Amino acid sequence: MTHRGDRTLAAAGLARVEGEGAMYVRVRDGQVDEVRLEIYEPPRFFEAFLVGRSYTEPPDITARICGICPVAYQTSACQAIEAACGISLPEPLADLRRLLYCGEWISSHALHIYMLHAPDFLGYPGAIELAREHREIVERGLSLRRAANALMEVIGGRSVHPVNVRVGGFYRAPSAGDLGRLAGQLRQALDLAVDTVRWVAGFDFPDFTCDHELLALQEPGSYPIERGTLVSSGGLAFPAAEFERHVIEEQVPHSTALHARLAGHDRSYLTGPLARYTLNSQCLPPAAAAAARAAGLGPGCRNPFQSIVVRAVEIVCAVEEALRLIDGYQEPGSPFVAAAPPSGTGHGVSEAPRGVLYHRYELDGDGVVRSARIVPPTSQNQAAIQDDLRGFVQDRLDLDDEPLTRACEQAIRNYDPCISCATHFLALSVDRT
Amino acid sequence: MTPARGRKVVVIGVGNEFRRDDGIGPEVLSRLREHVGAGPDAGTEIMAQLVNSDGEPADMIEAWTGAALAVVVDAVVADPSHPGRLHRLVIGRDEASAAHAVSSHGLGVGEAIGLAAALGRMPDCLVIHAAEAADVGHGVGLTPAVAAAAADLTAAVLRDVQTAHGRKVSQPGP
Repeated sequence: MTHRGDRTLAAAGLARVEGEGAMYVRVRDGQVDEVRLEIYEPPRFFEAFLVGRSYTEPPDITARICGICPVAYQTSACQAIEAACGISLPEPLADLRRLLYCGEWISSHALHIYMLHAPDFLGYPGAIELAREHREIVERGLSLRRAANALMEVIGGRSVHPVNVRVGGFYRAPSAGDLGRLAGQLRQALDLAVDTVRWVAGFDFPDFTCDHELLALQEPGSYPIERGTLVSSGGLAFPAAEFERHVIEEQVPHSTALHARLAGHDRSYLTGPLARYTLNSQCLPPAAAAAARAAGLGPGCRNPFQSIVVRAVEIVCAVEEALRLIDGYQEPGSPFVAAAPPSGTGHGVSEAPRGVLYHRYELDGDGVVRSARIVPPTSQNQAAIQDDLRGFVQDRLDLDDEPLTRACEQAIRNYDPCISCATHFLALSVDRT
Repeated sequence: MTPARGRKVVVIGVGNEFRRDDGIGPEVLSRLREHVGAGPDAGTEIMAQLVNSDGEPADMIEAWTGAALAVVVDAVVADPSHPGRLHRLVIGRDEASAAHAVSSHGLGVGEAIGLAAALGRMPDCLVIHAAEAADVGHGVGLTPAVAAAAADLTAAVLRDVQTAHGRKVSQPGP
């Protein structure tokens, strides 16, 4: 009997999250007294690496923060420096940037759905056990990643830490033929993506709703991926340059990653698929919108457990967008817009698979980075994850420690935390002594 | 382990060069590029695909599917540790389910082997070369003991590739 009134739950290793950290839950007198998500977040080290480097280097350096979402880092970095340079990309290059980002969304979401998250809903300890009994399902996930990686290799030079991205565009633009050869594989991927939505929509989802303020990019007529204005469910609307006026980062004793809140708000906020979908579902392209309707999603979704459905819908969106962009692709006259060494400060923001990713660079007159700031989505979501876990655990205190710990781990995976380091490990403690 | 004509040989360097000794996989790959051709037109004696990986299992499986020989180069964290000490583990297609690989990546080579076995996508022969790490913290550059082992590790990988093709190659320099 472990579901006594006072207890501490401790999980020394939460698998199937990207990164390294720990969680601690303490229960006193039948009430959840404390929840701590402890994270060791490396981007702060990268901010130090960047100081003294040329304005041309952040896209390549920051791509190394994460093997799962390097394009997000490259894009936010490029946009920040391009803003300082006062340049904007012509349509063909902007489309190419969005196309590369589509590849990353497909790859990252397919990884999380098939390898990390779906086993929770199906009662398997991991993807290996799922593959033993449902080989065709896991192969579907791998096929989606194969299509995404092919797209990223053609545009980015390689799928892991792409090397073809530069400030102002690309070192080399692919030919229309290069991209056209991907279309067949992507058309097959679109069918696989729709099948994925249908599959995950059939999972059983715990009845749980979060009421966080939601923050995402918004771009009229387009589902937000690589650009847009920041908007919130509470009515905020601001450009990247005002991010630090609206988002306040604070040190907490139990984590090297800063927590974030919106200025003037004591409550946490959430970024990522639920926020993107709820604030932008009306902008989904046709196949993704149809898949969302068929899955039973309304115009918004506030159940974190259903984030797996939203991610699947976003795969459909990204594949659909990729096909549209390839169909309309015209090779640019130049693969990049030349940018003279800038002076001043530039801000950039894009929608990483896990949510809003903000970069700011201060550059001197020689285009040398004097300071850098990177605010990744997992850092922003920490407080919201903790808040949700508090409510989630409170409603499930009748569970013994082991199933409660498993439930907490699953709840954390709803947010696809990307803790951005080479090891993948999260320790979990629940204290109810 | 001589591959049939046209069968794939792949060398996968696992690691992150921004995590000190975890960069030994990419370092060996970089050294191999001077000795191993990536295709029939490369003009070098031994052909193998060279693949950088962050250890993500799905990507590793894609890289080695259909291969006669896959060689994985990675760092390992050992206790007690002898930084720079090298290990070599050979796993046949039918031994995969029993394999227990140790890597510096929490979700990495071991999971890739398990998943590949479940999917029937193991290479005919998988060789894992690993160097014991002294430091996998943030920063660039190998520690001296691991850097000193890089030449021997590269030579060992080359021997495996050479054996697979039944040919000789020159030994790499330090």
